[in-house]
Amino acid sequence: MTDAMGAPGTPDTRDTAGTARRTDAQEKTDPLDKTMTPEEIVGRLESGMTLGIGGWGSRRKPMALVRALLRSPVTDLTVVAYGGPDVGLLAAAGKIRTLVTAFVTLDSIPLEPHFRAARERGGIDLVELDEAMFLQGLTAAAQRLPFLPVRAGPGSDVLRVNPGLRTVTSPYEDGEELVAVPALRLDAALVHLNRADHRGNGQYLGPDPYFDDLFCEAADAAYVSCERLVAPGEPARHAAPQTLLVSRHSVTGVTQTPKGAHFTSCAPDYGRDEPFQKAYATAAADPAAWAAFHRRFLSGDEEDYHLAVRAWHKEQR
Amino acid sequence: MTLPATPPGATRAEYCVVACAEAWRGDGEVLASPMGTVPALGARLAKLTFAPGLLLTDGEALLMGDVPALGARPEVTEGWLPYRRHLTMVLGGRRHVMMGASQIDRFGNQNISCVGDWHRPARQLIGVRGAPANTLNHPVSYWIPKHARRVFVARVDMVSGVGYDRAAAAGPSATRFHELRRVVSNLGVFDFATPDRSMRLVSAHPGVTPRQIREATAFDLRVPDDPDVTRAPTPAELHLIRDVLDPTGLREREVPS
Repeated sequence: MTDAMGAPGTPDTRDTAGTARRTDAQEKTDPLDKTMTPEEIVGRLESGMTLGIGGWGSRRKPMALVRALLRSPVTDLTVVAYGGPDVGLLAAAGKIRTLVTAFVTLDSIPLEPHFRAARERGGIDLVELDEAMFLQGLTAAAQRLPFLPVRAGPGSDVLRVNPGLRTVTSPYEDGEELVAVPALRLDAALVHLNRADHRGNGQYLGPDPYFDDLFCEAADAAYVSCERLVAPGEPARHAAPQTLLVSRHSVTGVTQTPKGAHFTSCAPDYGRDEPFQKAYATAAADPAAWAAFHRRFLSGDEEDYHLAVRAWHKEQR
Repeated sequence: MTLPATPPGATRAEYCVVACAEAWRGDGEVLASPMGTVPALGARLAKLTFAPGLLLTDGEALLMGDVPALGARPEVTEGWLPYRRHLTMVLGGRRHVMMGASQIDRFGNQNISCVGDWHRPARQLIGVRGAPANTLNHPVSYWIPKHARRVFVARVDMVSGVGYDRAAAAGPSATRFHELRRVVSNLGVFDFATPDRSMRLVSAHPGVTPRQIREATAFDLRVPDDPDVTRAPTPAELHLIRDVLDPTGLREREVPS
């Protein structure tokens, strides 16, 4: 661990759902306290919203928040993500009207079965972009620009399947014609980080920040879940300052969800749960098996989920 | 005609590793991004021999300072390449990727997105990923472990990676940095060094006939009457492949002998 596990003074008392509650002292003294429960966060989301989800593929996805979203009535979403099982689960639940992405994958398992099934039954409107186009779109949104240019798209069928995409001609002597990627402005964003304080300053401790800071800056409201809520100042005490990825000015709510990225990876706290992901993918490829999987793992709350996963692992031994 | 059989000792998979490695010859200090087992071995082999300047990632965000066996953790990290910098590197052109292809056509248009009508595909694949940007910004090669008519198609269903004809039609900013270096399959090596930039056979792997390749290709492939034979791995290369880079023989699973 690169941080001080259980550092003294950490305002980390948990209720039965494993969610950190602010202490009385903080409640009185800090008007910038943004701690919420996952249910409170999902309660801020509305049907029809454009929702950005951080992480990449099956890496550091805010799965506890996705699971809370699955338990909510919120639906008809436009999801913007470098897609993984977050997209798969929401698609299986019929909550995605439109998906903006460059791929959906489980990384160690190349194809996401739920996404695949949803596409093959025509159940999702897809805005299929190139990875670099997606990045330019997010960056444009964070910078309040209408678009950013990119050398990607021409010649490919991305332009055919996105007839709304326009090109822009360089005003300089080169005169190059480039694709103008429209800003991917988000109503809300969900990201998962290793540590955060109660004001929403978030820290990643793994090798890749992905684009979580951009997702937060591109959103009208961003919600951070984290492995552990720690006292302000703690994250910088135990790691280089550039690990402080997400800054509180771009965060609306923060919540502690231990193992909240499961079954995706959340290095260095834990790696991807490969056996469980395999079980997920196998079940997802078959409606009857999926119903059983859903009943066993996804019919209760977050605590029930982790208990069921633990029991499942015991059976596998 | 019959070509000489595989020399004793070198398997088809090992010829493929060398053919993939050759894609990166002369590339200098660029990121080699191999997709698949045989390309990953090829890139590592190239780095250990004739292309020492190549940069290689660990599959996530670190640049490896050593050249470990497939699946082994690197002991030396020489750099940091999270996805945001990776994408910037793509746009900056200091990269040569060897991608896979569910479909590829005569001019090198590639599809990894879906099979069938895009609006409701018969088979949804991974998505276009970075292929549209890759092909417009830096050299791209392809690796196809099973050469067949359903892969080497007359027309791809969703152009992800851009081929020569489509780049030319899209104009100067599409052709400016566009370059398809080579295509390696389990049957041979191909490039686009023809007047109309259509695919041609460069060399057939030992034991493979031009006729076999033609029959496994659904478009009109240029095949010379007397094609070269893919170069054999040297004893030193065979040692590196077998004893250093792939001691468990993962290559034979991707290209069974």
